[in-house]
Amino acid sequence: MTPEDELIRKRQRGRARVMAVLLGAFVILMFFITVAKTGINW
Amino acid sequence: MPSIEVTRAAALPADWRDFLALTKPRVMYLVVFTGLCGLLAAPELPPFVLGFTAILCIALGAGACGALNQWYEADLDAKMRRTAKRPLPAGRMEPESALQFGVGLAAFSVLLMGLATNWLAAALLTASILFYVFIYTVWLKPRTAQNIVIGGAAGSFPPLIGWAAATGQVAALPLLLFLIIFLWTPPHFWALSLFVRSDYATAGIPMLPVVAGAAATRRQVFIYSLPMAAAAVAPWPLGMTGPVYGACAALLSFVFLVLAWRVLRNEGDDPAAMAPEKHLFAYSVFYLFALFTVLVADRWLPW
Repeated sequence: MTPEDELIRKRQRGRARVMAVLLGAFVILMFFITVAKTGINW
Repeated sequence: MPSIEVTRAAALPADWRDFLALTKPRVMYLVVFTGLCGLLAAPELPPFVLGFTAILCIALGAGACGALNQWYEADLDAKMRRTAKRPLPAGRMEPESALQFGVGLAAFSVLLMGLATNWLAAALLTASILFYVFIYTVWLKPRTAQNIVIGGAAGSFPPLIGWAAATGQVAALPLLLFLIIFLWTPPHFWALSLFVRSDYATAGIPMLPVVAGAAATRRQVFIYSLPMAAAAVAPWPLGMTGPVYGACAALLSFVFLVLAWRVLRNEGDDPAAMAPEKHLFAYSVFYLFALFTVLVADRWLPW
């Protein structure tokens, strides 16, 4: 693997990690939005 | 439309930090803060998570505006020292990626706002994004020295959006908050553009100091400060806020006018001789923060 390939992989991994965190946060946010909109009391 | 040449040897994927930089996070805080104050000044508050989502959507919408602005102005950014290291002019990102990111972020922010709060807030967010991108960035900014005056309306939307997200309506107070930011924008930006004038001249952007000169700009800074101060104090005599807000707004606005007067009296042409302009610019940021903080405090504290 050339240094450029390694840099490409590193960037792809970094973007994939950030995307995973954002998607996870979005799922959690949607869950709480649904709870708030439906007026469920815990 | 940008025509910059990407200088990278291969199609290296952009780093996630470059996408973050596209959203101009350092200039987003004022938008988020005024949107939050608009929401907190409303007579009724939404559940925490919905209020949080509304502010998040305002931030994402502002980020989309930043990305689309940087995509459209990549050629201009390359000519200015202050902006030459941004991801597009520096060749760290393909223009198409910035465009897709900006459009995607704008659509996401509007949809999430509509689903989480209400469609009036989503419509206002849409209007602010379209206004910033098409009216300000594409139409006014490269054509007229008054670009900041009308374009400033785009940055005035957040308190209106915050209020609409909380109540589902538009009322007189958030319209007045819109007016305050609208009138605050020209003195704020013209004070800045006076001491970074050479950058704008290099890029060929017709900012007022470049087109009309420093003296005319200083006059305009002072002239716009007068109705801004009146609009800032107005919520009190109109019965929308209490006397604490009225007294603080009057004091804050008086200091603003004194600094704007010092700018008017300054005749220096060199950036080193522009201390009054730098003072006014720095104070103008504090002014808006303080004014909106007092507005919210006046609404919630039992005095």
